[in-house]
Amino acid sequence: MNSVGAVLPAARARMGHGVVLAGLCAALLIIATLAMGCGAMPIRAEDVLGALLRWIGAHPAQGDDAIVLSLRLPRVLMAALAGAGLACSGAVMQGMFRNPLVEPGLIGVSAGSALGAISVIVLGGAASVGWLGSFGVTAAAFAGGLLTTALVYMLGRRRADIATLLLAGVAINAIAMAGIGVLTYMASERQLRDLSLWTLGSLGGTDWRRLLAAAPWIVLSLAWLPLHARALNALLLGEREAGLLGYRTRPLQRRLIALTALATGAAVASCGVIGFVGLLVPHAIRLAWGPDHRLLLPASALGGAILLIGADTVARTMVAPAELPIGILTALLGGPFFLWLLLRARDGGVRA
Amino acid sequence: MNLPLDWRAGSGSGVLAVRDLHLSRHGRDVLQDIHLTAHPGRVLALIGPNGAGKSSLLGVLAGALAPNRGEVSLDGRPLALWPSPALARRRAMLSQNVQLDFAFRVEEVVMLGRTPNGRRHLQAQDARVIEQALQLAQAAHLRGRNYLQLSGGEQQRVQLARVLAQVWEQDEGPAWLLLDEPEAGLDIAHQHDMLRQMRALSRRGYGVIVVLHDLNLAARYADEVALLAQGRLLRAGTPEYALDPQALSKIYALGLERIDAGQGRWMLLPS
Repeated sequence: MNSVGAVLPAARARMGHGVVLAGLCAALLIIATLAMGCGAMPIRAEDVLGALLRWIGAHPAQGDDAIVLSLRLPRVLMAALAGAGLACSGAVMQGMFRNPLVEPGLIGVSAGSALGAISVIVLGGAASVGWLGSFGVTAAAFAGGLLTTALVYMLGRRRADIATLLLAGVAINAIAMAGIGVLTYMASERQLRDLSLWTLGSLGGTDWRRLLAAAPWIVLSLAWLPLHARALNALLLGEREAGLLGYRTRPLQRRLIALTALATGAAVASCGVIGFVGLLVPHAIRLAWGPDHRLLLPASALGGAILLIGADTVARTMVAPAELPIGILTALLGGPFFLWLLLRARDGGVRA
Repeated sequence: MNLPLDWRAGSGSGVLAVRDLHLSRHGRDVLQDIHLTAHPGRVLALIGPNGAGKSSLLGVLAGALAPNRGEVSLDGRPLALWPSPALARRRAMLSQNVQLDFAFRVEEVVMLGRTPNGRRHLQAQDARVIEQALQLAQAAHLRGRNYLQLSGGEQQRVQLARVLAQVWEQDEGPAWLLLDEPEAGLDIAHQHDMLRQMRALSRRGYGVIVVLHDLNLAARYADEVALLAQGRLLRAGTPEYALDPQALSKIYALGLERIDAGQGRWMLLPS
């Protein structure tokens, strides 16, 4: 096992969980409002709020309300949900694997989900269009994610060191990418455009329908995962110790795998592979407020939402009218951070 | 093997007993034909050479390892029939080398031991128990520190406090403390202090089963000693009986003799 956590400071802020979460909620609302104002047509924050209030109150729309409500609101909500789902899944996986370097993208879960989703799009043909199709794609992404997590988990149980897990991730990513490559050859011209965005991640083209196809699964997972916070704390001591503390670890682990695969799969099905969110956010939260999952899980969800709304706003405004794939941005942020973590783990004189 | 001292006493409240225990792992017989009854209020030391099966026996007694044959029972009720959280409030185990790679504060690690008690008590009660457990484990001064920055011996004491906090109340019957080489990594003062505390706890009703490598610690602090070799229970009884120099010399393949240390005490030393 590595112990990246050893780099954490001895003293850290002593703040009530409620204060932290309230602060993050406030930050999320502010950044969401600002993000809805940004774009080809800048809209002032008070007009954004006005549009939302008129919508909630079912009052007639005015001025630029349509831009806010039909274009930017679903996109910001999608970014928030995907970010929250990925970050919370990352935090849970790190606890379950007892390894702070595990992340849905790195160990291949996102790629597995993408393979599942792309299979349905390419092979399913017409069946992947429309409401039912959206659910089908999400379901396939979930299945792909579930299969990969279970596979990595089985590998990790035998030899739980980080090298094995990351190498397994490399192999699984390669296999999934090969599968995606084969499907790309079979894809039609129109499908191809979707696929390229998929492997890099993008929230472009998000509408209410796509949002509603993913939202229930991510919300379910986000609502359920934090209930396992104490169990995850116990699991940090190891499977056996968690058992001695009175947890039935097998069903617990199966449930956690399913819930993380659900959140990751739904996020990938709607936005493609967005890496490093599940690594960056939980790490930042642990650095600031410690590893207690009772705070870590909800705080990671909020932090992930904030990060992805911010990243998506940059992605769609920086090279306007074109868009940067958001996965490139998160990789630019997360890649160096990950290297830094690896170096710190090695310099700490521990096996990594 | 027939035991000169019959430990198969009645199944009164608090008694932890194994009958006809067989355990094999990876195709190898780890424990064979073990009968053992342990009573609360006493310190039982498990001793024997490396690979004798001491840790496995402790794991089976804790319910963490399922035996291939035989049965472990607490209060006369098989462990398999105990609901996990209820069992967790009656017995706690300190494993060898608990690996924790996340930067918890010391008191947060001890708090993990409160998990099975979580919803029954007020937070104030948890805080009180954590404080007392830390004091008993001589780790109170470590409060507030990052667990990962502690020395091995300090981490061991914090883990001991966690284990104590798990079964602190004893309000559902006598509780068991199962400790696997708890003295490992501790200096001599902390070793003796820890075993003295375990003895004191046993006088307050706890049952203590401790795997020890140091025969003299066992001689000094245990009420009963069980000697294991190659997965079998060779002797069990008072320290005078179980720590027989001839038997020990044979199983350790090292000549050992008993030296009188005065005041009725004795030590085992290589001859």
